[in-house]
Amino acid sequence: MNIIKTIQIAFRALNRNKMRSFLTALGIIIGVGAVIAMVSIGQGAKKAVEQRFQEMGTNLLFIRPGSRSFRGVHGGSGTFQNLKPEDAEAILKNCNAVQYVSPNVSTRAQTVYRNKNWNTSIQGVGADYPLIRNWNVVDGEFFNEGMVKTAAKVCVLGNEVKINLFENEDPIGKIIRIKSIPFRVIGIMEQKGEAGGWFNRDDTIFAPYTTVQKRLMGIDHVQSIDVSAVASELTGEAQRQIEELLREKHRILPGAEDDFNVRNMSDIAESAAESTRILTILLGGIASVSLLVGGIGIMNIMLVSVTERIREIGIRMAIGAKERDILMQFLTEAIVLSGVGGLIGIGVGMLTSRLISHFAGWQTVVSLGAILLAFIFSGTVGVFFGYYPARKASKLDPIEALRYE
Amino acid sequence: MNNTIIKLENIIKIYQVGASEVHALKGVSLEVKEGDYLAIMGPSGSGKSTLMNIIGCLDKPTRGHYFLEGTDISTFSRNKLAEIRNKKIGFVFQNFNLLPRTSALENAELPLLYSDISPKLARQRALEALAQVGLKGREHHLTNQLSGGEMQRVAIARALVNRPSLILADEPTGNLDSKTEEEIMSVFKSLNREKGMTLILVTHDPDIGQAAPRRIYLRDGLIVKKEGF
Repeated sequence: MNIIKTIQIAFRALNRNKMRSFLTALGIIIGVGAVIAMVSIGQGAKKAVEQRFQEMGTNLLFIRPGSRSFRGVHGGSGTFQNLKPEDAEAILKNCNAVQYVSPNVSTRAQTVYRNKNWNTSIQGVGADYPLIRNWNVVDGEFFNEGMVKTAAKVCVLGNEVKINLFENEDPIGKIIRIKSIPFRVIGIMEQKGEAGGWFNRDDTIFAPYTTVQKRLMGIDHVQSIDVSAVASELTGEAQRQIEELLREKHRILPGAEDDFNVRNMSDIAESAAESTRILTILLGGIASVSLLVGGIGIMNIMLVSVTERIREIGIRMAIGAKERDILMQFLTEAIVLSGVGGLIGIGVGMLTSRLISHFAGWQTVVSLGAILLAFIFSGTVGVFFGYYPARKASKLDPIEALRYE
Repeated sequence: MNNTIIKLENIIKIYQVGASEVHALKGVSLEVKEGDYLAIMGPSGSGKSTLMNIIGCLDKPTRGHYFLEGTDISTFSRNKLAEIRNKKIGFVFQNFNLLPRTSALENAELPLLYSDISPKLARQRALEALAQVGLKGREHHLTNQLSGGEMQRVAIARALVNRPSLILADEPTGNLDSKTEEEIMSVFKSLNREKGMTLILVTHDPDIGQAAPRRIYLRDGLIVKKEGF
């Protein structure tokens, strides 16, 4: 019996019980739709994370002090106060894989402009900070090397601070007070948006790290050093050079632990991508369960259908249908159900992921791979769950099947 | 001298019903030649349905040999028998056994679906077969739109369509009124007389049986009388 004819017969048989066929296919539609929608959320999250890291630059390295241990008791990471501005200078001078460095300190302070005040984070950074972070001023200018050297009382506002202190007024050239110390506003950073829901990157003020150290914090160490490598491919080399230099500068004996940590952005990006990958697998896995349930629905209906059509099977066998013909007939019906369900499910899944990104504002990515996977999976479900009823039909005894009422 | 189509040699059929054995056929021997019109008669329980199932290759004898056109098919597999039913035997049943909600044409075409025949040729042959039983113009009627006599004609067309060696009719008029009964019997008669089709009719009705020139009578699994041989 040829394939086209078999498929035609399957469609006709399914057409006779439209409602039942539709409800059976609905199980697969929902299953495939759910897999595609869920995986699209996971992949969207992955893409969003990758984009964010791309924005920040993949050639970034962060140096933080190590954990200090005193008589065997370890403090937390960053408890050393052994990173100095001189370390940053030495890195820039001696490591040829390094392009820019920025020593960083940060604190929180109350800021006042006329009758308005705002509590925000104050970040003391180097003049190259905008270059390292890919983050530029939209208005005015960033402080330069000279202002850092002289610990000038100048600052650049994040967009959120500008809104809270100045509303519509132009802040450039105005004096604000940070811990009662007057700072002149020389620039506004471009808006970045929220980073993780509760953390707003625009709610900050930048000032030369020297000024923040001396005027606001009264310290002479730095809390971290941001470094950018000459190119992304050279981040590993830069990391190695920095580690070697700092061990030497900090006089760490061979075999002893570093008193600092260097992490690079690609490692961080990789671990973030890994966690979104796990999210994708998890979401896809949960959605697959509904596809499985849909498959069981197909098996159920096919079993009912075989019982209802025992007589038809008997007639077909009497006039010459072989076991294989009957098997193929019912198997094809199951595959057509799951296949058509799968195709509609793909549409439903794509639509759902659109709706999710529209209403929830999450980025979603429907990949060809996910579509193919869901479709192949639904076809497999059809074969798997259709086989048992089809086999049962093909093994019927023609005499008994003909006599069946 | 016509060729022998069916040769049964001492056919025995034993059914296992629970713990006991039922001897449905106790040694039936029979020969049917090409162009024969034979009636198998007997009361219910005489074994005539069992004999028909064996002749129709729906069932296998427990013992004995069945030669169909010279080939011993008593030990053939299910699939082999299906092929023989498809190619060599045309069935006509008491209750028509047509596919419901399917057109006359599609029903008549059905055996060709399981043969290696192109869809185009299959259609042509089915139309011919329907015309032969007098259903020209009703090809696209669904089975539930047809009368009992018409349904049985469709069934006969279906039996004819693959040009079988014999037609096996099991109480073909059992569900029909006497007028349609006559019609159907005349269809059989003309098939046998004009086309030389070999016919085996299974019936308990003596009047119907009289239409066949040759008759065998079964009782308790044995042939008790042969007429017309």
